[in-house]
Amino acid sequence: MIQISNLVKQYPTRHGPRTVLDNINLSIGAGEKIGILGRNGSGKSTLIRLISGAEQPTSGSIHRGISVSWPLAFGGAFQGALTGLDNLRFICRVYGASTEDKIPFVQEFSELGQYLYEPVKTYSSGMRARLAFAISMVVEFDCFLIDEIVAVGDSRFQEKCRIELFEKRKDRAMIIVSHSPGFIRAYCERASVLLDGKLTSFEQVDDAFRFYQEH
Amino acid sequence: MNKPTPLRRSLAIQARVIGALLMREILTRYGRHNIGFLWLFVEPMMFTLGVTALWTLAGLNHGSNLPIVAFALTGYSSVLVWRNMPARLCGSIEPNLALMYHRNVKVMDIFVSRLLLEGAGATISFLILGIFFTSIGWMKPPEDIIKIMQGWFMLIWFGVSLGILIGAWSARTEIVEKIWHPAAYLLFPLSGAAFMVDWLPPAAQKFVLYLPMVHGVELLREGYFGSAVHAHYDIPYTAFLCLCLSLLGLAMLRIEGRRVTPE
Repeated sequence: MIQISNLVKQYPTRHGPRTVLDNINLSIGAGEKIGILGRNGSGKSTLIRLISGAEQPTSGSIHRGISVSWPLAFGGAFQGALTGLDNLRFICRVYGASTEDKIPFVQEFSELGQYLYEPVKTYSSGMRARLAFAISMVVEFDCFLIDEIVAVGDSRFQEKCRIELFEKRKDRAMIIVSHSPGFIRAYCERASVLLDGKLTSFEQVDDAFRFYQEH
Repeated sequence: MNKPTPLRRSLAIQARVIGALLMREILTRYGRHNIGFLWLFVEPMMFTLGVTALWTLAGLNHGSNLPIVAFALTGYSSVLVWRNMPARLCGSIEPNLALMYHRNVKVMDIFVSRLLLEGAGATISFLILGIFFTSIGWMKPPEDIIKIMQGWFMLIWFGVSLGILIGAWSARTEIVEKIWHPAAYLLFPLSGAAFMVDWLPPAAQKFVLYLPMVHGVELLREGYFGSAVHAHYDIPYTAFLCLCLSLLGLAMLRIEGRRVTPE
């Protein structure tokens, strides 16, 4: 279970500290799927980064009782001079997973074929996104953090991603951050709305939507 | 509720992450083409060889009868240590921000992997050139290997502590980066690489002995040349200074490490 208690995050700005997350409380049990709604710039991604542990809170705590993924579908950590395979190896090494048995899956799923052995800087943005998603599926976690699942590739590839993440891993906990209602409605059991740094939680996704639309 | 991860497990994770970063760094910097990771020490070797050749040709008027090859090797190798470590860490956080999306990758791991590479490169280059020059007869074998190791250790300690301080500080303000390059350049002639403290007038001796790397080089040279030189060094002073730098560097790293925001 993940327990977020009294979480505060402030960033320094020219006009003094700005509170992005103000006393957030949330708990996520094993296998639970929670949506977090919020407008652009409301702090959704910050919250996801804090839950993932990539950033440190200003105050409050995040207890991770289960293994938590990095913010998913994010492709920025690729080193352009390295090949797709080298980047895969790096992630596997960081998470203590074996690499060789993952290569066929990544090669097949990302549809990169021989390009897996070419430097990432020669990839198109679609190829990068596909590789990023494939690599995200290589390490297993109890809870996946999904930051604004952007449209990766064409509709056929999106369908593949959906099956891989939401069908094959439907027993895992997920925290899905989005400003698009349909997505959260499709996969989440309950939802919270991030507004002015405060998180308001609802037992029903529909209630969350009503609140989100009203504000 | 928040039970900290046991130390043993934390160390295992950190070792794994540093290993991954090392491989990544080696591949990124040296690639798989031509001699690949051998560049790790061939690059510093080329510097040292070049300087040795120049000093030999110029006949460097160093007012003593010390063999010039050994003098240049001990001098320039030590410059590589205290100069390259901070240079590699300076501004090294920003290009690696994206890696910190992975919880276990911390600024310290990036620093450690880069320091290990720089330290290994300078040390291997020093050893290979030393063995090579000795075997072809351009250098005599060293008098006291333990003292050489002590001197080398002090230089590495200084390089590591200064590197961490500059690396962390450079994330806070880019002035550090702007100042470090001229500072490193200006420190080179004062660092003891091209002179022995004993050759200087007493007033200048007092001044250069404020610099910690001078003590390291002096100790290194005493180990190499033995009684042929009169070395000036103060190990407690150097250790105290390095300890202060280490504390400052780690404090700065802690402050900056908490502020890191993956892009």
